Amino acid sequence: MNVQELSQALASTFSSQLQSNVVVQNDVYGEVTIEVMPKDALAVFTTLRDDAALDFDQLTDICGVDYSEYGAVEWETESSTNTGFSRGVEPATSARLRFGEDIEPTNSGRPRFAVVYHLLSVTLNHRLRVRVYCDSEAVPVVPSVIELWPAANWYEREAFDLYGIIFEGHPDLRRILTDYGFVGHPFRKDFPLIGHVEMKYDEQQKRVVYQPVTIEPRVLVPRVIRDDGRFNGPEEASAEAEKTDA
Amino acid sequence: MPEIRNYTLNFGPQHPAAHGVLRLVLEMDGEVIERADPHIGLLHRATEKLAESKPYNQSIGYMDRLDYVSMMCNEHGYVLAMEKLMNINVPERAQYIRVMFDEITRILNHLLWIGTHALDVGAMTMFLYAFREREDLMDAYEAVSGARLHATYYRPGGVARDLPDSMPQYEKSKWSSQRKVDKLNQNRQGSLLDFLEDFTKRFPAYVDEYETLLTDNRIWKQRTVDIGIVSPERAKALGFTGPMLRGSGVAWDLRKKQPYEVYDKLDFDIPVGTNGDCYDRYLVRVQEMRESNRIIKQCIDWLRKNDGIILTDNHKIAPPKREEMKSDMESLIHHFKLFTEGFCLPEGEAYAAVEHPKGEFGCYLISDGANKPYRLKVRVPGFAHLSAMDEMARGHMLADVVAIIGTQDIVFGEIDR
Repeated sequence: MNVQELSQALASTFSSQLQSNVVVQNDVYGEVTIEVMPKDALAVFTTLRDDAALDFDQLTDICGVDYSEYGAVEWETESSTNTGFSRGVEPATSARLRFGEDIEPTNSGRPRFAVVYHLLSVTLNHRLRVRVYCDSEAVPVVPSVIELWPAANWYEREAFDLYGIIFEGHPDLRRILTDYGFVGHPFRKDFPLIGHVEMKYDEQQKRVVYQPVTIEPRVLVPRVIRDDGRFNGPEEASAEAEKTDA
Repeated sequence: MPEIRNYTLNFGPQHPAAHGVLRLVLEMDGEVIERADPHIGLLHRATEKLAESKPYNQSIGYMDRLDYVSMMCNEHGYVLAMEKLMNINVPERAQYIRVMFDEITRILNHLLWIGTHALDVGAMTMFLYAFREREDLMDAYEAVSGARLHATYYRPGGVARDLPDSMPQYEKSKWSSQRKVDKLNQNRQGSLLDFLEDFTKRFPAYVDEYETLLTDNRIWKQRTVDIGIVSPERAKALGFTGPMLRGSGVAWDLRKKQPYEVYDKLDFDIPVGTNGDCYDRYLVRVQEMRESNRIIKQCIDWLRKNDGIILTDNHKIAPPKREEMKSDMESLIHHFKLFTEGFCLPEGEAYAAVEHPKGEFGCYLISDGANKPYRLKVRVPGFAHLSAMDEMARGHMLADVVAIIGTQDIVFGEIDR
């Protein structure tokens, strides 16, 4: 099934059922994305799996996202001040954070946490991306889909471990990738890249101890956003490809 | 009457059959598995978080280190996601080179898998045979990229360099005489393509050798037939992909179903199992090696006949040649910007998947328009496979756990990321 057909199938399935709560996004890059509220998520996922026209029999991936630094830059390149362009050395983003510091969230206009599901229909050969924004920033909760796709088990544990997103209904929501006894959720943007603690063997106590990190955070290439339209339009891209092939 | 107790057994992380750093907590009733709880993450390096702090082009090398036995396929997934976001075309010659090296990688992966799987189950010879052939293919890696394992060869918009005209040679040393060296260098006199063509001619006979040792081997069959059976429905629900899914009888292969690069122009078949046990998955993978060999042959033929560029000439993405940089101001600027700042991708998100030797390897990129990914999620096949360990191992004997780990083709670089 191609992208247009899938979009239509989605629109017709969800128009009657959950009107405004399911947002079907346009098919950029040949991919379809829908956005769902957490309270409707389980119903929508059940329909996605069981509806014969959609038939998403496989859950490919679950990905947690922290949008709190979306659009943040370390180096302003659009305009200069009377002291010139910025130098890209101000501590601002998660790559530079030190122990105990906080980041300033950008206002990207979205909730902080989201869970992105990638679904695949092996039978009908199409894919779908579903994004569920979490309501609360302090306690992000989404329903677990483990009853629908058992593959969700470890993916949900991973998103919980790395982002602290709680999957309601998951029977065994333990940490999975980080160490036993790890504190914090390391993929959140306010978790420093160098971490909080380091481990070493203490000669006096004759055991392994944890202590605050001693290494300095550093950024070799500042994060910069440039919008010079270099990838504009498929026409230019294809014209370029023709030039390349010639 | 003696008291009967259930045992909890720690399998790994320092166990030779645990394929790296798997810690498996097994609840045993005698010698039967009641529950298997894999503890992973001992090799967690936060690749995805590291990628968030680096320009796009500097993370290609990290992809090699995910599944460190199928390096170039990992790179492929990552550059495909970038190319999707950038909306650029890859020169056809580069596509053929990529496909050829994807298939070389598939053989490399399956050789390591068959060697270690058989070794775990008790067939020592397979390991030695498989590594003999891996040597040749890693020489091909070395010839094209300079590195035998972590190649960092693919680039957004093509590949790093064209195929070389000569192969690296063995040298005489205290341990190898001139006569031995000459014999080793015999098929290395021509170009890389000559060397690979020679390999593709030799390889089917090698696969026959493996099959002679295993396919009808009584011990091998006793250890794999009817072990770890997964029904097609369960395989889909558990998120299986690649040979794990095909072994259960589902004819699903991204190279056929959602073709990327030039796979739609090539002639190859998708082997499918029937019973979904370890033996069927073995047969599927062995047949896949033969099919990969066919694809490599076709790519060699095409690459011999067709010349062309191997990297896009859009210098906002791919650097210009070094000679140009020495004399041309524009090229110097491109060079400087690419290697200090990298390139910015347009705002958006994309998911690109390739048929990795182990299954579906996908990269989900979220870009906010910066020169670094906002979020990179790597979807690795092994993660879903290992999460089904409990279901596959339950009710089997302890020794079968080893066969199941082997059949899942576990590599911890990709599972722990």
